[in-house]
Amino acid sequence: MTNTNPLWKTLLLAVVLLVGVLFALPNLFGSDPAVQISARSAELTTEDVSRFSKVLSDAGFTDVEVREEDGRYLALFDNEDDQIRARDVLADKLDPNTYITALNLVDASPAWLRSIAAPMYLGLDLRGGVHFLMEVDMGAAIDTAEERFIPAWKRDVREAGIRRTSIQHTDGVLSARFRDVADRDRMLDKFRDEGGDLDFETSEEGEFAYITANLTEAAAEEEQRAALQQNIVTLRNRINELGVSEPVIQQQGLDRIVVQLPGVQDTARAKEILGATATLEYRLVSTRSDARPYKRREDGSTIMLDRDIIVTGDQIKGASSGIDQQTGTPAVFVNLDNAGARRMQEVTQDNVGNLMAVVYIENRIDNVEINGELVKKVTKVEEVINAATIRDVLSHRFQTTGLGAQEASDLALLLRAGALKAPVQIVEERTVGPSLGRDNIRQGFLSAVAGLAIVVVFMAVYYRVFGIIAGFALITNVVLIVAVLGALTATLTLPGIAGIVLTVGMAVDANVLIFERIREELRSGTAVQAAISAGYDKAFSTIADANVTTLIAAIVLFSLGTGPIKGFAITLCIGILTSMFTAIFGTRVIVNALYGGRRLSALPI
Amino acid sequence: MRSLISDTNFNFMGRYRAFFMVSAAMLAVAILAIAIRGLNLGVDFTGGYTIEVGYEQPADLNAIRAALVQAQLPDSQVQAFGTSTEVLIRMAPAKGDGGSSAKVSDEVLRVLSESSDSAISMRRVEFVGPQVGEELREKGGLAMLTALFGIILYIWFRFEKKFSIGSVLALVHDVIITVGVFALFQIEFDLTILAALLAVIGYSLNDTIVVFDRIRENFRLMRTGTPEEVMNDSINQTLSRTVITSGTTLLVLFALLLFGGKIISGFALALIIGIVVGTYSSIFVASAAVLHLGVTREDLMPVEKEGADMDAMP
Repeated sequence: MTNTNPLWKTLLLAVVLLVGVLFALPNLFGSDPAVQISARSAELTTEDVSRFSKVLSDAGFTDVEVREEDGRYLALFDNEDDQIRARDVLADKLDPNTYITALNLVDASPAWLRSIAAPMYLGLDLRGGVHFLMEVDMGAAIDTAEERFIPAWKRDVREAGIRRTSIQHTDGVLSARFRDVADRDRMLDKFRDEGGDLDFETSEEGEFAYITANLTEAAAEEEQRAALQQNIVTLRNRINELGVSEPVIQQQGLDRIVVQLPGVQDTARAKEILGATATLEYRLVSTRSDARPYKRREDGSTIMLDRDIIVTGDQIKGASSGIDQQTGTPAVFVNLDNAGARRMQEVTQDNVGNLMAVVYIENRIDNVEINGELVKKVTKVEEVINAATIRDVLSHRFQTTGLGAQEASDLALLLRAGALKAPVQIVEERTVGPSLGRDNIRQGFLSAVAGLAIVVVFMAVYYRVFGIIAGFALITNVVLIVAVLGALTATLTLPGIAGIVLTVGMAVDANVLIFERIREELRSGTAVQAAISAGYDKAFSTIADANVTTLIAAIVLFSLGTGPIKGFAITLCIGILTSMFTAIFGTRVIVNALYGGRRLSALPI
Repeated sequence: MRSLISDTNFNFMGRYRAFFMVSAAMLAVAILAIAIRGLNLGVDFTGGYTIEVGYEQPADLNAIRAALVQAQLPDSQVQAFGTSTEVLIRMAPAKGDGGSSAKVSDEVLRVLSESSDSAISMRRVEFVGPQVGEELREKGGLAMLTALFGIILYIWFRFEKKFSIGSVLALVHDVIITVGVFALFQIEFDLTILAALLAVIGYSLNDTIVVFDRIRENFRLMRTGTPEEVMNDSINQTLSRTVITSGTTLLVLFALLLFGGKIISGFALALIIGIVVGTYSSIFVASAAVLHLGVTREDLMPVEKEGADMDAMP
């Protein structure tokens, strides 16, 4: 007899259904607001954990569900008010230099289910948060790399006894000016011996002879790659310092970095910290003729500082902020690395009684209009925040005052997290507030349910029992999409929900095609079993062709790829594939089980 | 059997030249609208700011405009968004707005919360730098062309050249008319609309292929009849399916338009227009073009082993 199911088909459908439901299940439990604590360095110990729990119970939070996952301590709360209150208590009681406290949303499903499946990850447009696209100023990275040759060149010239030269880096070119060609040619060989991947050129103009140099193409590329990597590391450190849970930091293209911070509302602060370039430099106050003038922050007056730097921000390996014991003003406590400490020791030893200045440096990028085009311009702001007499020999650890409280704590954060190797600029921002996120979830869910309900009811009315079977297939399809999204840890966005809704509308097409075929066959007098069989067989190639073309469009969309659009493409792709299974295979198994292998004179279609 | 449409026998192909005129007229309006009014491109493509702010009471748009002007912020467009308590502000990218580049949006929020008596909430901020906008524009156009090209290849491979031409004409027709509607009514055109257009391409083709499949099948089965008769029969046979599928898809899209919120409504609208036009075009543009190009039975006879559609009945 025709239209009977081999056992494996029935089993396959049952297994897929079961697994689909299981993987979709965590989404029903939703998520709970939680406070997350992790240690800045090292692992959390059992003492840490019991301390956190004690802080919570002292503050009146009893019966708090606590989890330890991936080196994090998570305390779950019933509502956001409790969550925020608990975060404030914990942040207040725990040392911020040791622990990072952050808000998070965690899977609320029971432990047995968590070990099997995870809920869909909600995109920023649904959970709220901020997305930045940052562009790294590669020109600045290369400039810095080229400037590094200046001291060596100057030393060479000095040692060779050549005078009245000028060595500088301007307009992206490293150049040295000499009084005559002979000097120039002599130094050219020396400069080449200094190593470094430079392309040299020589020229004469008026009475002077010049050497100009730039990084070779390969070296410049290497420099850019390193700058991007270093910046990603620095941004990650800074974001960890900000206490953001589950951030995304990814390279995009050759000079861009994507940063996604779920749940962050204070975007102004996030922007400030991520883009900040603030650092410190220590110099001696000097009366020598070649000293450089600096501006003092407190009164704007000028102070002359030595050309040689004692220690730069790169040599600071740790920093914290606090209050200066003597003056009661905000202070930054810094820790130098070994090389920096040695140098600091040497210099301060020789200069006890002299003045040492602390220079606060910040790079600001502005877009200025030149000939109608917006061009990026980097301005370096340098201020002396403090100049004090060296009373004692300094070494690894010392403190700096002269900043406001917020500034001191920001600077400590920046020094801890490391400097950006090249300045970054935000070229795209997408922030969604929590209220809009909630609205988006509600509206997306509502439209999906409404769309599904309308189609299921229509099918049941129009195709009767067969329509009910198709409706069941549609619902299964949505469950499978949700399960696959969770299993792939793909992100669900609002356009992604629209993709699911659209899939519901289109997936039903396969069943319409099949059912119309069966009706046609029945009308033309074909026997029932033959009509079912012919309906499915004849419709198959049409369904396949139609789906392949939609799949092409969806894949192109995916490769076009900015965040939310990608979410649409993903659900559309998954939906097309799962619908082929549910609408063709799934309904056939059910139709066969209900009507196959029997002598029937009519079908409820 | 409940049927909306059965055993119809419309002479679709007999008057295809008249429908060509209808399509030509719609295309002309669409192209004129795009040429004269232009597209109301969103910040995704132009660069700039979109800021959505929620108020507790209905917002006074004039007061908001005044506050922004007073704060010397760049020229802005202020409008209610969906409800009277939600306000959408659009701004062109500012000069000298570098460094912490998205600074202007913070400034706007600060100015608005200072000028308002009740609390305001930031609902959404989008900032796209001018260069990124340009890139998204290029990438969008490229994606459209790639999708079209991929589809041409597939149809050519599965059917035949005349069908490939017919389906692409229909797709271009659908895309231009849909975009034309957006230009005509100056509805904001952003990335999600572009995504919708690509989905329209997928859907419209889906529809066209169902009709083409039946045409191919009938050419092989029916030994008599002119191409016009065969095509008319094919379209009539698939008409019920065409109407039902378009109907259910439109139903879910209306659900999306009504319940999905303001952000997704443009997306739903683009798809609704695209599907209506796409359903029309699979008959009156795609099929009609195939007929006009002079399709013959010989074009579709299986050359190699391609008889999947004619397998033995039990």
